Amino acid sequence: MSGASSRRHRTLAARARVEEGETDVAGGHTIDALGQFELHPVLGSLGESLRFSQSALLMVIASALILLLLYVGMRPRAIVPGRLQATAEVMYEFVHNMAVDQIGPEGKRFFPFVFTLFSFILFGNYLGLVPGSFTFTSHIVVTAGLALLVFVVGLLVALRSQGFGFFAHFMPEGAPVALAPLLVPIEILSYLSRPISLSVRLFANMMAGHVMFEMFAAFAIMLGGIHLIGPVLGIAPIAINIALMALELLVGGLQAYVFAILTCIYLREAVAH
Amino acid sequence: MDEDKTGTGTTETNSFDSRLAEARAKRGLDRPADQPNAVPTDMSAFTVFFRVGIELVSAVLVGLLIGYGLDRLLHTRPFLLILFVVLGGIAGMVNVWRIVAPAPNPGRKS
Repeated sequence: MSGASSRRHRTLAARARVEEGETDVAGGHTIDALGQFELHPVLGSLGESLRFSQSALLMVIASALILLLLYVGMRPRAIVPGRLQATAEVMYEFVHNMAVDQIGPEGKRFFPFVFTLFSFILFGNYLGLVPGSFTFTSHIVVTAGLALLVFVVGLLVALRSQGFGFFAHFMPEGAPVALAPLLVPIEILSYLSRPISLSVRLFANMMAGHVMFEMFAAFAIMLGGIHLIGPVLGIAPIAINIALMALELLVGGLQAYVFAILTCIYLREAVAH
Repeated sequence: MDEDKTGTGTTETNSFDSRLAEARAKRGLDRPADQPNAVPTDMSAFTVFFRVGIELVSAVLVGLLIGYGLDRLLHTRPFLLILFVVLGGIAGMVNVWRIVAPAPNPGRKS
């Protein structure tokens, strides 16, 4: 495995590309929109030998922040909650209501699972908006891992609560038997497409948002390099970036919500008889 | 979110509830509570917006992968690939239909 050396090689190549670009583009900068998604080992030589990237570091920070919010937030146990306690309570109740509304009375069993997914993705999306940090949900490896987890849990729950009757769902009720060779593959494909759509949706939304940030930031620098009118023109992309930040705040929360509610819908179908 | 469950609480809770109701009435905040469906429908509209396109693509993608894998396994290139991409497209449309379809009538299972 020469992962580290090839990665270093790639980073060097990227740097060389940037340096070349600096000589031939008038503004002095090229747009390296995807460079922000490269993984680098953090925490010095220890991180290097553990292959501990900034993505993993952000995951640890996100988990720690969630636990901290719930622990510190709920410590006062006040009847009239303070800000932190209100945040923790709103998050808890929001996911709890969603799980119980969508899955039904059995939703309480799956609430911890849904809450973990929701808060992890939400914190991942929002931590990525902090300048200089990294969005771990913008890597399809991460989102595919989460989606596969949902898929496998849904499959196991379905097999446990419905037994082999689960496979009867692949033949729509009331359809003529002669159409089975056509309908069953379609239903299976439709079922298998769930983890893909779940992971691609989150990954694509997060990545697209951060690519746009990078693009407009690069535009601001390029326009700013023009003499006299540069500083005036450069304001436009910065204004767009501020608007984008508002959009990304919406998208980040919404994607976590969509991921959680789809998990609930799949689990509801799994526990339904 | 209406907090009407604490009606039988202690005097402290009761006085808090009445003060809260008073404050809410003064600020005119009780109007949203009358129509609790306003926010959920908004949210589900967003959910549909984010789901539809990707459902269509991901089913085709799954069909593509399965067709390609079966072709390599059975040496039938390219027939299964074509078949499964078409089936994936149909499955994608079925997925989209299930998202945007009106609620099914009670006699029929989705």
